Amino acid sequence: MKYVDDFRRRDIAQGLAAQIAAEVDPAREYAFMEFCGGHTHAIFRYGVQDLMPENLRFVHGPGCPVCVLPIARIDNAIELAERHGAIVCSYGDMMRVPASKKRSLIRAKAEGADIRMVYSTQDALRIARENPEREVVFFAIGFETTTPPTAVAIRQARAEGLENFSVFCNHVLTPSAIQHILASPELREMGRVRIDGFLGPSHVSSIIGSAPYEYFAEEFQKPVVIAGFEPLDVMQSTLMLVRQVNEGRFEVENEYTRVVSREGNLKAQALVGEVFELRSSFEWRGLGEVPFSALRIRARFAAFDAERRFDLSESHGHDVKGCECPAILRGVKTPTDCKLFGTVCTPDNPQGSCMVSSEGACAAYWSYGRFRIERASQDKAREQDKAREDAA
Amino acid sequence: MNAHKRFPTRLNLRRGRVDMTHGAGGRAMAQLIEEVFVRHFDNEMLRAMNDQAAFAVSAGRMVMATDGHVVSPLFFPGGDIGALAVHGTINDVAMAGARPLYLSAGFILEEGFPLADLERIVASMARAASEAGVAVVTGDTKVVERGKGDGVFITTTGIGLVPEGLDISAANARPGDKVLVSGHLGDHGVAIMSSRENLEFETAVVSDSAALHGLVAAMVAEVPAIRTLRDPTRGGLAASLNEIAQSAGVGMRLSEEAIPIRPEVEAACELLGLDPLYVANEGKLVAICPAGDAESLLAAMRAHPLGRDAAIIGEVVADDMGFVTMETGFGGTRIVDWLAGEQLPRIC
Repeated sequence: MKYVDDFRRRDIAQGLAAQIAAEVDPAREYAFMEFCGGHTHAIFRYGVQDLMPENLRFVHGPGCPVCVLPIARIDNAIELAERHGAIVCSYGDMMRVPASKKRSLIRAKAEGADIRMVYSTQDALRIARENPEREVVFFAIGFETTTPPTAVAIRQARAEGLENFSVFCNHVLTPSAIQHILASPELREMGRVRIDGFLGPSHVSSIIGSAPYEYFAEEFQKPVVIAGFEPLDVMQSTLMLVRQVNEGRFEVENEYTRVVSREGNLKAQALVGEVFELRSSFEWRGLGEVPFSALRIRARFAAFDAERRFDLSESHGHDVKGCECPAILRGVKTPTDCKLFGTVCTPDNPQGSCMVSSEGACAAYWSYGRFRIERASQDKAREQDKAREDAA
Repeated sequence: MNAHKRFPTRLNLRRGRVDMTHGAGGRAMAQLIEEVFVRHFDNEMLRAMNDQAAFAVSAGRMVMATDGHVVSPLFFPGGDIGALAVHGTINDVAMAGARPLYLSAGFILEEGFPLADLERIVASMARAASEAGVAVVTGDTKVVERGKGDGVFITTTGIGLVPEGLDISAANARPGDKVLVSGHLGDHGVAIMSSRENLEFETAVVSDSAALHGLVAAMVAEVPAIRTLRDPTRGGLAASLNEIAQSAGVGMRLSEEAIPIRPEVEAACELLGLDPLYVANEGKLVAICPAGDAESLLAAMRAHPLGRDAAIIGEVVADDMGFVTMETGFGGTRIVDWLAGEQLPRIC
């Protein structure tokens, strides 16, 4: 596959691995947070961790759009279909994410709610055109990458006079979340989490550019390297982070120059600015209320705003007891720290959002990497048995 | 019997539609059976018009398999539900190393379904059956109200005879054995997805829908010691290998670079956020054989038109955890797990 295979070449990977191994300081540990689920997926899918030296680890961040959506918002989406009789159109990733009371969009659909999986906002518009007598709501989720298409759909609906179409807006902003993590007491005061640098988002940065990260790098003195989603991008960026740490630098560097510029995509930014405005606060799963971290639809597009159009109840949304998704999303815990991981919580029966999407840390651990965990525990058990035998 | 006398006017196969009378047991149903099903599937056993097909049974071990077909869309690049219903069941029978003998076909038709489409499907089934040398010898037709079906569902059942000396079963895989596939993976799933209404994209990929018993006959003739055969349909290669690993209580280790996947399929999967190892096939098989036989089995497969691109993709290993792992092209290791839920595209 042209343009893709080049970024997955084994010989280059081995070269980079050797270089990273040669440059890391054996006397210290390196912990880099990859913010995006796309990076988490790439690290596990290609086994990047296997190629890293032992003292370098990745901390998985909250950048999985379905993982950070609070349960209450999913309850609201179900409510739109069930109580208001709307056709709710959702991206596939969202369908199996647990809502309150062991429900999910896919279960509500099985129970008769009209919830449809779509691949793009255009599909939702088409459904609205084909069902003029029905309310059609697009369940908009995601970071800066998925926001411009939602803006386009809202503008298009207005231009076409599609009065039965509206958007339940849950778009969130990456920089506010990173800042929130960096400012968290766990990181700043308690020292429970160590992060030496960030692998910066790739697709998100193609829209917002690399400039928005300059503030954190400076303020929190942490290096950021904007990294592409291919495994070689991840490795090259990791090497760049290692070098910054070794040299005591904390700059925003851009490894993903083939797509990301400092300014980003100005046209997309203008489009988003025309249709959306900042919310003063939005709840993130794992992070809680984060100020100015999400978007809502501007008043001039109010007719297409499902939150204004429908009366939605104040759901509080309850996490499954014992689920550690919130701590995992902050990088405080790893999936294997969770008692539910691999016991009652698996991708077939997810209890928390991190186990649903392939970008979620738990699902990535389980689907691609659990042989390491289970083998390690098996080896340990064998060693213990042997030690016991030897002792006897 | 002269059809024109029994049914004063022939079915309108160009513009007519299925209605409830076509499943009601009356004259209309008899006419549909005669002018569509018997006409295309034509064979002696079917012409006898009994409720069952009668045939002599030879000595030996027989196998039987059944498969329901609900594919959407009904017509797709490289095939249709009719041919698929024949190939799917023949392949299930063949995966025991068996020679398929007879098929049955049950149709559930939705009221309003165009007779022209039905005839096209039945003709395609008949062609597939005749190419495979396996007759459809008995059948059934039901009609459900509009909105209660999706055009047509077809269930086929097949029986076959296992040649003496074969013992092919998922439970037989042993550590050290080699794992082979008969060709490029993922073609069928990508062809179907490319023609889904809300997912149209242009691709040259066509379904690999094919009857594999000819290939299997050549394989067992060369290597009667084949341990396991599976056709990786729903859930793709990943599902088949995990099923085998579980049955046999072994693990597997694959090499990503050895697995044949067309660049078009890889590109389409990349675009949709899918993993080709989980995408369905309808004309491919996975074979497991003792390591010493692997090269001769590979040669036998490659000598057959349906196995031209066959490859050895890995080996069976001792692993009481039953993990199917893969060395990635990148040099790392990952699990090739069971498919969870449906394969959902990632959004960003």
